[in-house]
Amino acid sequence: MKPAIELEVKNLDFFYNGNVHALKGISLPIQKYAVTALIGPSGCGKTTLLRCFNRMHDLYPNHRYGGEIIFEGRNILADKVDLINLRSRIGMVFQKPTPFPMSIAENIAYGLRLKGIRSKSELVDRIERALKHAALWDEVRDKLNASAYELSGGQQQRLVIARALAVEPDILLFDEPTSALDPISTAKIEELVVTLKKYVTIIIVTHNMQQAARVSDMTGFMYMGELIEYDTTEKIFTAPEKKQTDDYITGRFG
Amino acid sequence: MRSLLPILTKKNPLDLLFSAITALASMTVIVFIIGILWVLATRSWPALQKFGIFDFVTSLSWDPVKENFGAATSIFGTVVTTVLSLVLAIPLAIGIAIFITEIAPNFLKGPVGIAIELLAAIPSIIYGMWGLFTLAPLMSKYVEPALQSTLGKVPVIEVLFRGTPLGIDILTASVILSIMIIPFTASIARDSFNLTPAVVKESAYALGATQWEVVKDVVVPYSKLGVFGGIVLSLGRALGETMAVAFVLGNNHKIATSLFDAASTITVTLANEFTEADKDIYLSSLFGLALVLFAMSFATLAISKVILMRAEKKYPR
Amino acid sequence: MNIERKRKISGLMALTFSTLAALIGLFWLVFILGDVVMNGIGALKLSLFFNDPVPPGVEGGGLRNAFVGQFLITLLATVIGVPIGVLGGTYLAEYGRGRTLSRIISMLSDIMVSVPSIVIGTFVYAILVKPVGHFNGWAGAVALAIIMVPVVLRTTENMLSLVPWTVREAAFALGAPYYKVIIQVVYRGAATGILTGILLSIARVTGETAPLLFTSFNNAYFTVNMKEPISSLTVSIFQYAMGPYDIWHAQAWAAAFVITMFILVLTISGRLLLRWRYKQ
Repeated sequence: MKPAIELEVKNLDFFYNGNVHALKGISLPIQKYAVTALIGPSGCGKTTLLRCFNRMHDLYPNHRYGGEIIFEGRNILADKVDLINLRSRIGMVFQKPTPFPMSIAENIAYGLRLKGIRSKSELVDRIERALKHAALWDEVRDKLNASAYELSGGQQQRLVIARALAVEPDILLFDEPTSALDPISTAKIEELVVTLKKYVTIIIVTHNMQQAARVSDMTGFMYMGELIEYDTTEKIFTAPEKKQTDDYITGRFG
Repeated sequence: MRSLLPILTKKNPLDLLFSAITALASMTVIVFIIGILWVLATRSWPALQKFGIFDFVTSLSWDPVKENFGAATSIFGTVVTTVLSLVLAIPLAIGIAIFITEIAPNFLKGPVGIAIELLAAIPSIIYGMWGLFTLAPLMSKYVEPALQSTLGKVPVIEVLFRGTPLGIDILTASVILSIMIIPFTASIARDSFNLTPAVVKESAYALGATQWEVVKDVVVPYSKLGVFGGIVLSLGRALGETMAVAFVLGNNHKIATSLFDAASTITVTLANEFTEADKDIYLSSLFGLALVLFAMSFATLAISKVILMRAEKKYPR
Repeated sequence: MNIERKRKISGLMALTFSTLAALIGLFWLVFILGDVVMNGIGALKLSLFFNDPVPPGVEGGGLRNAFVGQFLITLLATVIGVPIGVLGGTYLAEYGRGRTLSRIISMLSDIMVSVPSIVIGTFVYAILVKPVGHFNGWAGAVALAIIMVPVVLRTTENMLSLVPWTVREAAFALGAPYYKVIIQVVYRGAATGILTGILLSIARVTGETAPLLFTSFNNAYFTVNMKEPISSLTVSIFQYAMGPYDIWHAQAWAAAFVITMFILVLTISGRLLLRWRYKQ
């Protein structure tokens, strides 16, 4: 059976600062309810690609997209796309935990309120559900009104994941989500990523090849703004077709 | 921070001399502050002793003929004009800071920021003169009659808009003060806003927040301590402003109830009467006013400094 | 979808308000400066700089006395205030770096920068005018110097702190004593910044009026004797603007124009200098 496709990237180009060509003709299908990892040496464009999916680049001037990214039959790179709506459907988690300066509960309620959910009981319900999904509920159930800054780094990162999950996005983007965390917290997040693919499609950028191998179903290897190879994770890590990929995963460069 | 002890223990005599000179030079700041406090306290002592410290601060009387002096009317004028100017300035200053940090295209950020800061470079005497010759006539001819025929008809608050709008009054003085303090509040608010990490803002955008929601829910809460410190600093500045208000406030030692009444601040009383004080007790009372002003502004500025330092510590760059 | 529309509209309104706020701020700047320029240029005559005041009703008076007085007071204030400020800032950034005392002095200087200048006027009156028995130029210069010291001190401290520590270490490694390192190496590295701080502090005190009211006071006659009351531009502007004669008002505008332009040029060039020197 052929897997369902969530996002279809077609011949994507990206330029920033006027004319720096950061992504060159990238094409790949992203599978629904799977974890796709993007790996490659730093500066290869993997984060740049990730930030195209929710049009994060649009926050800054002097950028230009070329090609298409098809999501639900429409090109999300088109000018008239409603970015507010797009971003509420494609969530993102960053390198460093980014709790807002509010309580734990308010952090999660924030996105829900933006969506217009006002009912107290529904908010309480969905906060609990999101925290359970992010495997944080047991640790914070007694201090939901405490400031989010009181949590440890790993807990903050799971809080941020819960916050992103609460608005029930279709896709969740992870930008090196464990690079600022200790090994135990990292293991928890990795475990979480694997369980979450039941609900959302996940794209994760990581500089850690073992991590990609542990959590992902599909892996794309990028180098100098190009997608060198894209295949199942197993294939990439055991029998890559391209020499560059092989060199990278065996640690000969990068 | 490196310890400099190994260098100092070498005891090069010239080095010791230079370090002593620089240390003395830096102490002058402490000497000034203690000196000002001491001089103002001893000079105002006769008045404070005669009227009593509490009575001097609370008495409404300011009567050079009967030689009966109290600071309350001047303190009242100072507080009213300062508070009113803050009310007028804060929304504008924060709006300006939001514009510069979030809305303006990059090529406008610098020029607009500098233009707003130039408002702080214009000397206060120029504000005063402009207020007297340009703003006051406009206020008395257009703004104040318009206020009188609108807000002046609303029950209860109409008290604030009674009397003949002459333009030389609390409202005009407060408007000028507000223009003067906009740059202080705006530049500190801007610096505080800039401390919000881009990635925290991005994660709000990533949830589907609009630009305004990011400002209101993330940037402002993140920087509220710094913005508050900036407001307190502006308060301290406004308390001590002299020339800008001396031109347009009149010099009226009464508790005004209307915004269109003339009034007096501590600074205006000092500017107008200090050189005319012919009796010792009169001069001593003026020193008393100066002491009250020094205490008020020093306390306010110290509080703002502590807040701003804590804000910086809380969210380091 | 309705809620999203509402959110967008309220966001748009708030951002429009912010833009409006910036426009209002710029409006005030243009309004005030425009007013000073229009009224000032019209009243600007050569006689303003070369003639002394004449009684109202007589033609051809000027403010030569005030220009010269202002120059003398500011010059002396700079001569007194700048060395104290630079040396004091040197202590905070070098010998006293990191000490509690230095931090307290830094903080007190920041407060002193904003202390009402009229209070400093009353202080100097008590120590330099009352004992002498009459107003004098020296008192005015001292009052302005007291305002300058904390400004120069803090900028010097900041500028010296920007000089990388490795620069000092390199000089120590050559066996130089600390005072030589400071004077020959650190000052050189921070020269532009300190100079700019001095320029900005001169701009700041040139506009001061309140501390001169009870110190140097005013003098309708030309004098360079600092032991006597001496005229300054700002006090003259105050007196003329509050006075009843149109010719006085015109001269006040002209003087206001000159002083504003002087301060703006100084301030802007100071900022450009800093930006150019500390680009990154």
